[in-house]
Amino acid sequence: MRMKKRAVAVALLTAATVALTGCATSGSTGTDAAACAPSKGKVDLTFTTWIPGMEDTVAVWNKANPDIQVKVQTGPNGNGGTYQNFFNQLKAGNAPDLGQIEYDALPNFRVQDGLTDLAACDGVLDAKSDFVDWTWGQVNFGEDKSVYAIPQDAGPMAMFYRADLFKANNIAIPTTWAEYTTAAEKIRATGGYITNFSQSDINQFAGFVWQAGGKWFKNDGDKWTVDLTDPTTTKVAAYWQDLIDRDLVSTNPPWTDEWNNAYNSGSDWTWNSAAWGANSIASGAPDTAGKWAVAQSPQWKAGDKASGNWGGSSTAVFKGSKHPYEAAKFALWLNTSAESLTMLNKSANLYPAAKSGLDLPALKEGVPFYGDQAIYDEFAIASAQVSPDFVWGPTMTQTYNDVSDGFKAAVSGKGTLDEALKVGQANTIAAMTAQSIPVNK
Amino acid sequence: MSTMIPAPAQPARGIRPAQSKTPKAPLAQRESPFARGGALIVMGVFTLYFLVPIWWLLVAASKNRSQFNTTNPLWFADFSLFENIGNLVAYRDGVYLKWMLNSALYAGGGAAIGTIIAGMCGYALAKYRFPGRELIFNVVLGGVLVPATALALPLFLIFSQISLTNTFWSVFLPSLVSPFGVYLARIYASASVPDELIEAARLDGAGEVRTFFTVSVRMMVPALVTVFLFQFVAIWNNFFLPLIMLRDETLFPVTLGLYAWNSQVNQIPVLRDYVLIGALLSIIPLIIIFLLLQRFWRNGLSAGSVK
Repeated sequence: MRMKKRAVAVALLTAATVALTGCATSGSTGTDAAACAPSKGKVDLTFTTWIPGMEDTVAVWNKANPDIQVKVQTGPNGNGGTYQNFFNQLKAGNAPDLGQIEYDALPNFRVQDGLTDLAACDGVLDAKSDFVDWTWGQVNFGEDKSVYAIPQDAGPMAMFYRADLFKANNIAIPTTWAEYTTAAEKIRATGGYITNFSQSDINQFAGFVWQAGGKWFKNDGDKWTVDLTDPTTTKVAAYWQDLIDRDLVSTNPPWTDEWNNAYNSGSDWTWNSAAWGANSIASGAPDTAGKWAVAQSPQWKAGDKASGNWGGSSTAVFKGSKHPYEAAKFALWLNTSAESLTMLNKSANLYPAAKSGLDLPALKEGVPFYGDQAIYDEFAIASAQVSPDFVWGPTMTQTYNDVSDGFKAAVSGKGTLDEALKVGQANTIAAMTAQSIPVNK
Repeated sequence: MSTMIPAPAQPARGIRPAQSKTPKAPLAQRESPFARGGALIVMGVFTLYFLVPIWWLLVAASKNRSQFNTTNPLWFADFSLFENIGNLVAYRDGVYLKWMLNSALYAGGGAAIGTIIAGMCGYALAKYRFPGRELIFNVVLGGVLVPATALALPLFLIFSQISLTNTFWSVFLPSLVSPFGVYLARIYASASVPDELIEAARLDGAGEVRTFFTVSVRMMVPALVTVFLFQFVAIWNNFFLPLIMLRDETLFPVTLGLYAWNSQVNQIPVLRDYVLIGALLSIIPLIIIFLLLQRFWRNGLSAGSVK
């Protein structure tokens, strides 16, 4: 009896909630920026994040702001389930006030109308100049009068390399991708690989494309354009395809023991990665301490100064938050105050998106693992060189998965990177069409 | 899995080997070296298959981080297991212990109450005749086929309506229901609880509830233990429901907590050690509860006879 009743109740309630939330979301889209006024009395905010140590940072805020108390809720990282939870909660109407969202996931939330436009909130538009230019482009989607999140951290890319091996084998540190290929050949002759081509970190590949000046997505306000196969991307794909075909790069699956071991044993010599990657090498290849160094990414044309970006996230205020004014105030403090940025850098290695954050004392010190080089100076230079024009699409999880499937096949000799991108292109357009997102076919 | 279900026919086990021994003995003896050897090999392979990952986990958990990548993954390096456990327990004010406690509450409480409910429901379906009995039973059977994962999202939306998400109850209440338990309890009750006995209890003046708890439950112990074990393991390993329901770290069960840590390993390398050690410790309660309750299975099997 119990069982049957429950089954019926589940069915009925599910139908009811779907119907109800359907009405609710379609009826309440009129929240405009002008509504950002301070609330009266004490305000309690909830903030969902996966950044370790966030509680300690927020405790500092709570102590200084008795009227705006923030409660931290933690979970797995965004693609590990927290984004899906955000969408569920938005549907159920009980999303937290604030949430951690990576740049490449923001458009998805924007398209689903899950974000509050903070432009009218006190100080938000003025904060633009506090942040590295391109990070602001990631949160306003090119709309001058809107701000959908406050940038938190960034992943400007540079080249980690084994200084000792390059020196011992008399190989010049490559400054262009052409030199990188030459170095790869020499390194292969010694038995090593210049780097590992990642078959599943499509956002790293996107970083390469970003550096080369490619743009995967455009949004003119009405319609999206998907361009995973523009000439720039094709050029980058052909470059790596050549290295793969000639067995000049290893193709271990990233973030595995195998992959760590290739670095730890000195078989892989360089890694083109983001600022936060500094810690990944240090933990994955502990035996190589002191032997690494960081240089700017190789360029496509000698003398160019361009960098890509890999990763980075923002603090967004969700639709339905009753206190956007206070939430925005907290988000600005969290991501610009030296105190907060220092703590987050220490606890979670976040590399700040705020300009002032780049001069934190903690980011000026030499790092022993990198032979006491002040590596973050290199990343500060890289961050300033990242193009502000790269836009993420609204279905990145799907795009990543499709391209990654193709890349996995390509590294094992079935198909090419270019073909993988073509499939990714077609599937992304299909996925956007399926979600009724206007897209140019 | 099917080997764990106590077959009601088993009380007859004591007789069968005696019967089959005499006529078939020569044949059985001739076949036995191959048959036995084959069976041993199959069992050996499976044992290895199941134990190697646990062995790996034990070895990995006993290493410090620099040795983890560089030493033989299936043999010990410097033995720092206890030091690692100490670090894990101390990390972030012992949040790991809190998760273990939560898991024990969800799984222990959920399985205990769930077993009682399933036992009563199955017993009622087996012993009382009322209109719609078969229909209800078939709906329950259908429930066995619906994966709990598929219900998580609807449950979340329902719980949102009554503001119960992100509470202890949002994980505990759905854990109380076990269609498989009802199914098993019914099958077992109809086979092992004789109608005559219930009749006798009624004649002696016991009410239905008292009959159930004092007479029938004792005969259903093997089935109930099985239901309890299944339910305990299912709740302990349940990951998707807490993932969707919970946001407050202090409410997490250990599975979700370890998963959350594991998703941050790239940035906080030390978490990798904690995930490994935490995973090792988190299977210990399951092993203990299996070892303890196995005895009840065997003891209970004789409880079905009338005479």
